[in-house]
Amino acid sequence: MSNKEQFLVKSEPFYQAQGREVSLYEAAYAARLPVMVKGPTGCGKSRFVEYMAWKLGKPLVSVACNEDMTASDLVGRWLLDAGGTRWQDGPLTTAARIGAICYLDEVVEARQDTTVVIHPLTDHRRTLPLDKKGEVIEAHPDFQLVISYNPGYQSLMKDLKQSTKQRFTAFDFDYPEAALEARIVATETGIDEATAARLIQVAQAARNLKGHGLDEGISTRLVVYAASLMRRGVAANDACRMAMARPITDDADIRATLDSAIDSVFG
Amino acid sequence: MPIGLKPVADARSRQFDDPRLQEAWQGLDCGFAAVADVFADCAREALGALTASQFAAYIEAARGLGKLGRGAEPMLVFLQEWPAVVGAVRGDALAPVLDLVRAMQKSPNGGAIAGFLQTLAPVARRLQAIEQLELYLDLVRDLMQRTSTSIHGRHITFPSPSLPVFCRQAPQLLGLLSLGGLRNWADYGIRSHATHPERQEEYFALQSADSRAILQRERHGTLFADVERKLELWLRALWREGEMLVPYSTAFDEIRQPMPYWDSQGMRVPDVLDDALRPGGRVSGLDRYRAVLAHMAGHRRWSSPQIADNWSPFQRMAVEFFEDCRVDLLLVRDYPGLRRILLALHPHPAAAGCDPETTSCLRHRLAMISRAILDPDHGYLEPVLLDYVGRFHALLAEGPSSTAEVAALALSWVAKTRRQSDQFAKIHFTDTVIDYRDDNRQLWRFIEEGDEEEAFDEPRRRSPAEEPAALPPRRYPEWDYRSQSYRPDWASVYEALHPSGNAADIDRLLARHAVLAKRLKRLLDILKPQDKVRVRYQEEGSELDLDVALRSLIDYRSGSMPDPRINMSHTTAGRNIAVMVLLDLSESLNNRVAGGGQTVLELSREAVSLLAWAIDRLGDPCAIAGFHSNTRHEVRFQHIKGFSEFWDDAVKGRVAAMQAGWSTRIGAALRHAGHYLAARKADKRILLLLTDGEPSDVDVDDGAYLRADAKRAVDELSAKGLTTFCLSLDPKADEYVSEIFGQRWRVLDRIERLPEQLPMVYLNLTR
Ligand SMILES: Nc1ncnc2c1ncn2[C@@H]1O[C@H](COP(=O)(O)OP(=O)(O)O)[C@@H](O)[C@H]1O
Ligand SMILES: [Mg+2]
Repeated sequence: MSNKEQFLVKSEPFYQAQGREVSLYEAAYAARLPVMVKGPTGCGKSRFVEYMAWKLGKPLVSVACNEDMTASDLVGRWLLDAGGTRWQDGPLTTAARIGAICYLDEVVEARQDTTVVIHPLTDHRRTLPLDKKGEVIEAHPDFQLVISYNPGYQSLMKDLKQSTKQRFTAFDFDYPEAALEARIVATETGIDEATAARLIQVAQAARNLKGHGLDEGISTRLVVYAASLMRRGVAANDACRMAMARPITDDADIRATLDSAIDSVFG
Repeated sequence: MPIGLKPVADARSRQFDDPRLQEAWQGLDCGFAAVADVFADCAREALGALTASQFAAYIEAARGLGKLGRGAEPMLVFLQEWPAVVGAVRGDALAPVLDLVRAMQKSPNGGAIAGFLQTLAPVARRLQAIEQLELYLDLVRDLMQRTSTSIHGRHITFPSPSLPVFCRQAPQLLGLLSLGGLRNWADYGIRSHATHPERQEEYFALQSADSRAILQRERHGTLFADVERKLELWLRALWREGEMLVPYSTAFDEIRQPMPYWDSQGMRVPDVLDDALRPGGRVSGLDRYRAVLAHMAGHRRWSSPQIADNWSPFQRMAVEFFEDCRVDLLLVRDYPGLRRILLALHPHPAAAGCDPETTSCLRHRLAMISRAILDPDHGYLEPVLLDYVGRFHALLAEGPSSTAEVAALALSWVAKTRRQSDQFAKIHFTDTVIDYRDDNRQLWRFIEEGDEEEAFDEPRRRSPAEEPAALPPRRYPEWDYRSQSYRPDWASVYEALHPSGNAADIDRLLARHAVLAKRLKRLLDILKPQDKVRVRYQEEGSELDLDVALRSLIDYRSGSMPDPRINMSHTTAGRNIAVMVLLDLSESLNNRVAGGGQTVLELSREAVSLLAWAIDRLGDPCAIAGFHSNTRHEVRFQHIKGFSEFWDDAVKGRVAAMQAGWSTRIGAALRHAGHYLAARKADKRILLLLTDGEPSDVDVDDGAYLRADAKRAVDELSAKGLTTFCLSLDPKADEYVSEIFGQRWRVLDRIERLPEQLPMVYLNLTR
C-alpha cells in the first residue's frame, strides 16, 4: 500500500473555513457523493480540497485539466516496452483503485469527450470501465470524485454539459468576506492583519470593476503574492502594483484607477 | 429600391411602409428628393431616441427648417443630427436651438444655419449637459450679434464673417478648451478683429498667430471629458458608485462660483479643473476630481438629510462644516492616501486672519476648526477650538457616528462661540472656501416647501426599438485639408444588406476561371501560414499522428479496440488575419475597361469572387461590402458577406447582384469598413479596397478635398492597427492612388493578373 502512502497529505494545510463547508463536505464524503467546487480563480478551491483530504485522512490525487487531455490521460494506456505491452494506470484509475479523493482541477478546460469518462464513477455504479484493457474497476469504497471550475467569463465559451453537472453536489465559493480574507493572508504570509486588510481593500476595488473592463478581479492568491513581497521588504505600493494591478489588466484607464486605489489605500 | 436608381416621382408622394413614418413624412411636407431618400432611416433613429412628443416637435421643427428658403440642407442636417444631440445632453434643447435659428434667419446670417446645425451633435457630445449646451448657444448668438456689422449711414447689415467658421471649428476647439476657455478665445477674436472681416475669419479658422497663441493660453487644466472614464472607474472601484457624471461650466457665473452637487440626474462636477498649487503641495486636476467625487460619495454613504426649518442660516452652515469634516475623516479612514490630497486642498487659515471687531468671522472660525479636525498638525491653540476638536474625535472614535450627532455638536459649538459681529455685513472669506466639497443641498429637507425638485423629473422614455431591421445611420468626420481640421459628423453612412441575385452566375464565373483558380490555389499553398496549430485525434487528417498511431497499434496488438482517430490536421487559427474587402460600386464602374470588352464592374465581380474564394481557402475570416454615395448626406454601405458567413450561395447571390451607380466617397466608406474590421480580434487586419478611380462626389468640386480625406482615413485606420491596401481597377491610376495609399496598392486591370497581385497583398501585409 505504499502507493497509497504517497498520495496522503502529510501535514495539515492551512485552511480558513468561510462557512459550514467543512462539515457539509464531510457529509458529502460520508455518502460518497461527487462534489463540485465552483468559484473564481484563486479563491481557495484547491486549498479546501487539500485540507479535506488531510482531515479525512484520505489520499488525494490531483489532476490539472487542459484542453489537450484525452480520456486515456485520465484512465490509462498501454505502453510498449522491451517485453511487449504493459498497461499503465491513469490518475483517475489509480484513485479509484486505492480509494483516493480524485480532484480534477479546472475541469472545463478538458474537452467534453474527455469528461464523459467520469460518468460511470459518479452514479450508483461507481465503476470505471477500462475498455482497452477489457477490465471494469469497482471503485474502492473510499474513492470520491471532486471537480472544480470557474464559472467566470470562460464559461461563455466553455461550460460543463448538463449531463455532467447533474452528477455532482456543489459548493459555491467566492472570495471570503474582508476580515476573513485578511486573516487568511496574514496567516499564509506572516504579514500583520492590518496591512493584510489594506491589501484586501485594494483587491476589492478591483473586484468592483468586474464587468466594467475587468473579466476577473484580484484573487486571494494575488493578494498572498503581494503580501509575500512585502514580507521581503518590498514597499506596499510596489508590491501591489507588481502582484495585483499589473497582472490583471492592460487597459490604461483601469491601470490608472487601480494605481490610484493603491495610493489611496496606502498613501 | 434598386441601387443606383432614384425614383422620379415627386418626393412628396413618396410612400413608406411604416404608418408612423408615413404620417411623419406627410407632416414634414417636404419636396426634396434628397430628404426623401434618407428620411426612413433618420426617422427610425429618432423614434428610438425621442419620446413621442419630442418626435412630433422634431418633425415640426424640421418642417420649419425646410421652409426657410435655403434648400434641403438645413432640414436634412437637422433630421440627421438632432437625435444625437438629444442623446448627448440627455435632454431637450430644441426651443433655444430653434430660437437661435430664427435669430439667424432674421439677421443676414441665415446662410450659417446649416453649418451651425451640422456641428451641434459633436458639440453636444463634448459638453454632455443641457445647461452647457445652452451656454454654447448663448455664445454663438453673442458672437453673431457682435460680428454682424452695419456700415454707418447705410441701412444694411453684413453677415458675420466668423460665424460659419466658428461653428465649423467649435467641436475641435471644445476638444481642447473648456466652454469658458472657448468663450475667452472667441471674445479676444471678436474684440481684436471687429472691423476687419478677413482677419476675423482667419482668427476663427485658427490660421492667424494670435489665434493660436490665445488658444494655447486658454488651454489649461484637466478637461472632464478627457478623464471621464477614469473617474467613472475610480468611483466604481473605490466606492461602488455607478452614478452618472455630468459636467457644469465654471466660467460663466461670475458672482457665485458653482459648486459640485448631485441630484437625480447624476453627480455634477466642473468641466475643467486646473492643477492646484497650494501651500500644502501640488494637486493634479485629476486628483482634484477624485477629491470632489470621494467627498460626494462619502456623503452618499454616510450622511442623512436633516430637517432644516428650525435652524438659522448660521446653524445650518456650522452643521454643514461639521458634517463635511465627518465625511472627510471617514474617507481618510478608509483611504489614508486621500489625506494628502484633501489636506493640500483644504485652506489653513491664519489664527489671527480675521478681525472680529470689524468683520463677521464665522466662516473663518469654521474653516479653522475644519482644518483642525482633519489635520493633527493644525497648530491652533485656542482652547474652545481644541475642546471641540477633541469632542469631535471622541464622537467618531467608536464608529462613523451620524449626521444628527455631529449636528448636535455643531449647534453647541455655535452657541459657545457666537459673537455679535457674526451679524456684520462684512464677511471674511479668505481661506475659507473648501473647493472639493459639494454644496450640501442633499443635506437638507424643507418640510414647508416640499421636495418638488426631485419629484417631477419626467421619466425619460426610450421607446423600445420595435424594428431593429434598419441600423441607425452612422456619422463620420471628414478631413478638410484647407483648414487642417476635421469636420465632425460630416458624412452619414447608411447600411443595408445588399440585394440578392442568382448565385449560379458566380459559380459559372468561377468555373470559367478554373485555370486561374488552380494557379491561385497553388500560390495559396505557398502562402499558407507557418504557425499552424495541430488538431489531434482526427479520423481523417492531413498527417499521421505518430504518438496516437502507436497507441492504437498497441491497442490493436493487445486485442482491444484501437482508436481510429490516428490522424491530425492543421488549422491556421494561430495566424489570425481578418480581411475586409471593400468594393467601389460607383457609376464609373459601368465604363469599359481600357482595351477590353469587359466593364469594370464585371472585372470587379470576377476579382471579388476569386478573392473571396481564395481567402476562404486560406481560412482567414473575410467580409465583403460595397459602397457608393450621393453627397455627404447619403453614403450607402452594403453588406455582401459578413465575417461569420460562409462563401455560400447567399453570399454569391449578393455578389451576382452587384450594380453600379452614384459617386465615390472613399473616406467615409473606409472609416465605416474600418469600424467593423477594428472590432475583429485578429493580429493582422487588412482592408482591401477595389476601386476604379479617385474619390469624387457631387457635392464636392475640389477633388483634392476627398483625396486628402481618403488619405487621412487610411492614416486613421493604420493608427488603429488596420492595414489598407488598394487594388486599382484603373490601369491609369496614377498619382492619386499613391497619394492616398502610399506603397500599398497595385493595378488589377485584367483578372488574369489577380494571381500576381494577391500575393503582393498578402506578402506585403503579413510581413
Ligand atoms: N480559505 C482559505 N484558506 C487558506 N488559504 C486560502 C484560502 N483561500 C485562498 N487561500 C490562499 O489563496 C491561494 C489560492 O488558492 P487556491 O486554492 O489555489 O485557489 P483556486 O483553487 O480557487 O484557484 C492559496 O494558495 C492560499 O494561499
Ligand atoms: Mg486552484
